[in-house]
Amino acid sequence: MAAAASPTSLESAPRIFRLVAECSLSRARAGELRLPHGPVATPVFMPVGTQATMKGITAEQLDALGCRICLGNTYHLGLRPGPELIQKAHGLHGFMNWPHNLLTDSGGFQMVSLVSLSEVTEEGVRFHSPYDGDETLLSPERSVEIQNALGSDIIMQLDDVVSSTVTGPRVEEAMYRSIRWLDRCIAAHRRPDKQNLFAIIQGGLDADLRATCLEEMTKRNVPGFAIGGLSGGESKGQFWRMVALSTSRLPKDKPRYLMGVGYATDLVVCVALGCDMFDCVFPTRTARFGSALVPTGNLQLKKKHFQKDFRPIDPECSCPTCQKHSRAFLHALLHSDNTAALHHLTVHNIAYQLRLMGAVRASIVEKRFPDFVRDFMGTMYGDPTLCPTWATEALASVGITLS
Amino acid sequence: MKLSLTKVVNGCRLGKIKNLGKTGDHTVDIPGCLLYTKTGSAPHLTHHTLHKIHGVPAMAQLTLSSLAEHHEVLAEYKEGVGKFIGMPESLLYCSLHDPVSPCPAGHVTNKSVSVWSVGGRMEMTVSKFMAIQQALQPDWFQCLSDGEASCAEATSIKRARKSVDRSLLFLDNCLRLQEESEVLKKSTIIGVIEGGDVVEERLRSARETAKRPVGGFLLDGFQGNPTTLETRLHLLSSVTAELPEDKPRLICGISRPDEVLECIERGVDLFESFFPYQVTERGCALTFSFDYQPNPEETLLQQNGTQEEIKYVDQTKKINTTICNQEMTSFEINLKEKRYQEDFDPLVRGCSCYCCKNHTRAYVHHLLVTNELLAGVLLMIHNFEHYFGFFHSIREALKNDRLEKLKELIHRQAS
Repeated sequence: MAAAASPTSLESAPRIFRLVAECSLSRARAGELRLPHGPVATPVFMPVGTQATMKGITAEQLDALGCRICLGNTYHLGLRPGPELIQKAHGLHGFMNWPHNLLTDSGGFQMVSLVSLSEVTEEGVRFHSPYDGDETLLSPERSVEIQNALGSDIIMQLDDVVSSTVTGPRVEEAMYRSIRWLDRCIAAHRRPDKQNLFAIIQGGLDADLRATCLEEMTKRNVPGFAIGGLSGGESKGQFWRMVALSTSRLPKDKPRYLMGVGYATDLVVCVALGCDMFDCVFPTRTARFGSALVPTGNLQLKKKHFQKDFRPIDPECSCPTCQKHSRAFLHALLHSDNTAALHHLTVHNIAYQLRLMGAVRASIVEKRFPDFVRDFMGTMYGDPTLCPTWATEALASVGITLS
Repeated sequence: MKLSLTKVVNGCRLGKIKNLGKTGDHTVDIPGCLLYTKTGSAPHLTHHTLHKIHGVPAMAQLTLSSLAEHHEVLAEYKEGVGKFIGMPESLLYCSLHDPVSPCPAGHVTNKSVSVWSVGGRMEMTVSKFMAIQQALQPDWFQCLSDGEASCAEATSIKRARKSVDRSLLFLDNCLRLQEESEVLKKSTIIGVIEGGDVVEERLRSARETAKRPVGGFLLDGFQGNPTTLETRLHLLSSVTAELPEDKPRLICGISRPDEVLECIERGVDLFESFFPYQVTERGCALTFSFDYQPNPEETLLQQNGTQEEIKYVDQTKKINTTICNQEMTSFEINLKEKRYQEDFDPLVRGCSCYCCKNHTRAYVHHLLVTNELLAGVLLMIHNFEHYFGFFHSIREALKNDRLEKLKELIHRQAS
């Protein structure tokens, strides 16, 4: 077993984050990531393209929407088509022909959430492949090796993931193990100049454990930090407190990536709490169920009352779907077996997310983020008092009041 | 609308249909095909991805079976189906049925024809049919017709006669209703030639329909399996011989490259483009060559490639018949096959479609194996572009008196 890496082990870790503006009231920041495949403005929402594809939309469509970074999943790609093939195809960028940035997760979360027969040991996660029943070990070294082959711009450490609803000694064990696995990932990383390895803060919903994890991991000179172990089944009250604790202890000059967050309200609140990067399957997944995201929530376009609604999904939206199509047409198309319906909504929902982040960023740069938050909540909930309690509290904790 | 023939060679008509559309400035090239749609949209494709394709036909085919249930919505919308579906610039032809999912027989009466939609069977009398067309406002539409004489194994003369009588009656009633509506007068009715496999009835249908003021003719009932077409080709020639030269002849249910050529030689002008869609749905890519005058080196390479692929296809056809691939033709490759897993070539070397310019066989293989939606998108783009390129090559071959060469090339690949 590798010894814990010394704090200077990754001195050459690049500074990939440039701070552009900060909110004087809250912890919100606007910035820019400098990545091998180009700059990325933050705060940023990263759509999830699990298996080397953004579901039904082409790389060109995704580029045209302004997306400059998206996710691939190491677990899925490690199985099909496998790292050797992807390497032959000139990495994941070459394989899917995506010219901008890619972030791959370690495979850890899927291992635990998707696979019923997985076993975590100090070595790594041992599991059975759902496709051929083979037994494999995903160790920190193997995860980094696969991600090195994929060639993504940001790679994630393998962390020992426990559900946020788990309590007791397992949480502490996982937290300390994640630190040890971080050091093993750092040691195994073959391409620190081309790929940025992020640490993932664990510790569940225990403030002391999380604080310990933060103290230890921030000693490692990685280019960025993710806040993990949240966005599971925990209450929103616990959720925001752990996010706030994490951002209060993370360095300001490195990006903070909050994993698995994608609902509009959550994004706005967590930007206020000091997060820069987000990913979530929600917008693209909900599109495939016929749900279109709008500033007031969502439209379930399959419902009958959209049958004769000849307005676009959102008259303020400039995406190709809203430019060309009405709710009525999308309603009709959603009731057919033409998959084009799903793609129209996927395009719109990604546009919605990116536009939201763009608006958030502009408000930070223009020093009116608190007003933006108030407007946003007003539109979403009708009245500031109708905003969910957890969000009101979270915003208040960083100086933003809603009424 | 004006059909001008540039030339007629061995029964093949090369020309243009001009002055089409609401503004009267659209043109359709013949021989040509119509863009196949499902519920008013090209399958898998948004406007953005559709317009990445080169050579998209000026006229799209809509199906009444997919749109009839939205009749009320369209009537309230008032501005016509073209605008509703986001294709205001396209010429639109509305057929009765979807060529890919032919409807169950037994639902035509003296007064009505049924189409099958998502919501079930929709029975249409002449007045309901015309009310729907009034809401749709297509440029052309297939007249209500009785196409079931060709459904059964052997048509009785009585059934064939009924199909002709009914279709003529429907046509006369539709024309009458059209006269009474300013909106409907802006659309062109396409008369439908019926009569099953009974020569006398076919000729009667052709002569009688030609007497009416229709804008063109739909040759119905020639579709089936490859052997049924063979026996009907002779009949087809007799039928088109009875039709005026200055009106377009459409055929439904025929879309395979070899069959398309056979029909063009027998005076057919316009075809549906559902074949590339069927190829897409079985995870295949069209690879057949229509380059009838390649350079010698390319010929050698193509021949070697084609032969190898055809050989492999024959071998695997038997294995695959159990998994619904028995309809796969030799015009395509099955990208689900393991041999494409590490094939970093484009689907077709030299193809300029978005898929071939940006992606590899290995990538599409991966998308198919993982059941990703993008597989359908990329294959549809490629298959449409390849198919439209084929029609372009037909027109070029006719222009340069090379159709024999093209026909030879296609038939070599059809075995």
